[in-house]
Amino acid sequence: MFTTSLLLLAVVLVAAYFVGRTRAVQVVGGQVSDLHSLPSFHGAFLAIVAVVPAFVLLLLWSILAPRVLDTMILSTHADAVAGLGTPETEAFLRDARAIAFGGIVGFTDAAKEAAAQTYASLNATADLMLGAAMTLLAVGGLFGGYRAIAPRFRARHVVERVVMVLLVMCSAVAVITTIGIVLSLIFESLRFFQKVPFFDFVFGTHWSPQSAFEGAGATGGDTNAEVFGAIPLLAGTMLITLIAILVAAPIGLFAAIYLSDYASRPVRAIAKPVLEVLAGIPTVVYGFFAALTVAPAFRGAGESIGLSVSSESALAAGVVMGIMIIPFVSSLSDDVINSVPQSLRDGSAGLGATKSETIRKVVLPAALPGIVSALILAISRAIGETMIVVMAAGLAANLTVNPLEAVTTVTVQIVTLLVGDQEFDSAKTLAAFALGLLLFCVTLALNIFALRVVQKYREQYD
Amino acid sequence: MSMEKVMDAKTDGGAAMPAGAAMVTADGVPVKMRGSNVNVFYGEKQALFDVGLDVRDRHVTALIGPSGCGKSTFLRCLNRMNDTIDVCRVTGTIMLDRTDIYDPSVDVVELRARVGMVFQKPNPFPKSIYENVAYGPRIHGLTRNKSELDDVVATSLQKAGLYEEVKDRLDEPGTGLSGGQQQRLCIARAIAVSPEVILMDEPCSALDPIATAKVEELIDELRENYTIVIVTHSMQQAARVSQRTAFFHLGNLVEEGETKEIFTNPRDKRTQDYITGRFG
Repeated sequence: MFTTSLLLLAVVLVAAYFVGRTRAVQVVGGQVSDLHSLPSFHGAFLAIVAVVPAFVLLLLWSILAPRVLDTMILSTHADAVAGLGTPETEAFLRDARAIAFGGIVGFTDAAKEAAAQTYASLNATADLMLGAAMTLLAVGGLFGGYRAIAPRFRARHVVERVVMVLLVMCSAVAVITTIGIVLSLIFESLRFFQKVPFFDFVFGTHWSPQSAFEGAGATGGDTNAEVFGAIPLLAGTMLITLIAILVAAPIGLFAAIYLSDYASRPVRAIAKPVLEVLAGIPTVVYGFFAALTVAPAFRGAGESIGLSVSSESALAAGVVMGIMIIPFVSSLSDDVINSVPQSLRDGSAGLGATKSETIRKVVLPAALPGIVSALILAISRAIGETMIVVMAAGLAANLTVNPLEAVTTVTVQIVTLLVGDQEFDSAKTLAAFALGLLLFCVTLALNIFALRVVQKYREQYD
Repeated sequence: MSMEKVMDAKTDGGAAMPAGAAMVTADGVPVKMRGSNVNVFYGEKQALFDVGLDVRDRHVTALIGPSGCGKSTFLRCLNRMNDTIDVCRVTGTIMLDRTDIYDPSVDVVELRARVGMVFQKPNPFPKSIYENVAYGPRIHGLTRNKSELDDVVATSLQKAGLYEEVKDRLDEPGTGLSGGQQQRLCIARAIAVSPEVILMDEPCSALDPIATAKVEELIDELRENYTIVIVTHSMQQAARVSQRTAFFHLGNLVEEGETKEIFTNPRDKRTQDYITGRFG
């Protein structure tokens, strides 16, 4: 029904556009310059008034119909569901729907069969009514719009207004989604903090949510707040991010300097896109590269000089993550360095400075705020990275600064908390939301800081 | 054109070899820089044709001419700023005192310390006023300690006529000064390296009339100690600040002489047309 209606509406849309355009030309007898709006605006206007109301109705009905039907079924078959609890009532409705429209039926009985029949007949009536209402709206819109088309009719204003509404709605979707995600994080986290005190979470140094339940009998099922300390996770995240930045900052920055000031034009034209391809490699590929190649190599190298390196080490994950964010650092820094005016380079060269002196003493200081913000963006990217760490750094929540040991990060623990069969209201799963909120706050703060730095930098040259 | 041609052009110069004799003009005035048979190519396009020009010691020489005539190109040859452009090639000889500045043995860093440059648009570094002026002395290691450097900065700012205006805020960024002050800061920055020649590429074109007057006044004072070559679009400015004027047209040096002579009694028809405003 839904798909068919959409197709029909599409046909009406196209037809109305051409009818409107032709009508507009016709009302002025071919003298298009007599029209207030171009014929295509009249066409678009007619298409809009014919299709939009019917489309909105269809959308509303598709969202509301299941609920309305369910309510009607429950009232007509009140005796069948009398005395049933909520899950059983839902199962009853599910089975009735499945019998009526096809699907997997749990088990059937006479009451369900009867309900299914009501369902089918109600649905047929509803479809008929919906079809009639949509046709009415479309035809009404077409006629009203058709009669409105006149030489001085301001179709352009209507179309422009509709375009604006469309754009506002699209940006609203993005904003509302963000707000929704943040709110759901906050509310789930609040539920978590009812079970585990906030300070135990933020300042606790012990993380092992698998042992969240202790005891049996009277105390059984109580949540042990002691095992939800996020500090080891934050420490692990910081350690890996630090290693990543130590790798990415010098390599990325020097590559950017080479690209912007030393490379010849053809070299730059090839090298820059190739470097940016690094950013396009899926992180899971980096992940098995880290787990299967880099980590064993580090362990072998460490053992040959007598160090004990864990087979999943922070070092391996950090180094590979550093390689992953090189393109962020180099590409952004390259843009920033390029935006330092050539006149500054000339001025320095004119005083007898060499190229490297010019870069060290004039270009880099001038570009520093931009480079800092590039680094911060790279850091927030590294903090949020999951795949590489899952595969290469391990799951053990060690509180350590030794990069040769296994550590774990916030993102990895979110993954492990939510993988597999979980109840959705245990402290363990809710902890994932609290961790997500924590991560969100950290990266948000970093991004705001980076934006501030960039803005300050912009003011300097305008 | 190949390297042989470059060498040929140099040998053609004859007397103009490295470590030659001190240069003087026909009437005995010392010459600081002398270009002979200078050709400049940007890729396939030739921008200067066989230019020969004497820059007299402690004089202001103005280079004038319509846009694209090659005057800036010639100016940038005098301290090899054209080296920074990949496709640019220079043939011929340009002597500074007794040295050919395009000789392979010449260190371009040393050359630019002797032949400073001030650009069209004021381009102070995004550093403090003090650091802007101290930049050159620092990279060339001209001073032994902080107090010497302080002295150099103060003297350079004084010579550029900026010291009184900025002496209380040397720590503030140079980019915060007004346009005219920025340009004088750039001149101070160039002076701080104690160059012998200062090249100025339309130094007043981004300035208002009052700032322009100040810079022109400064140029006149600097003539006592420095040889100055200035490219300008304004013929009034050339007439006000220079003793010698060279007129370029379509990559050729049309004529060169006393500024007064050029403006009152030009020998060439093209010069006359230009200064009377018939083209350009």
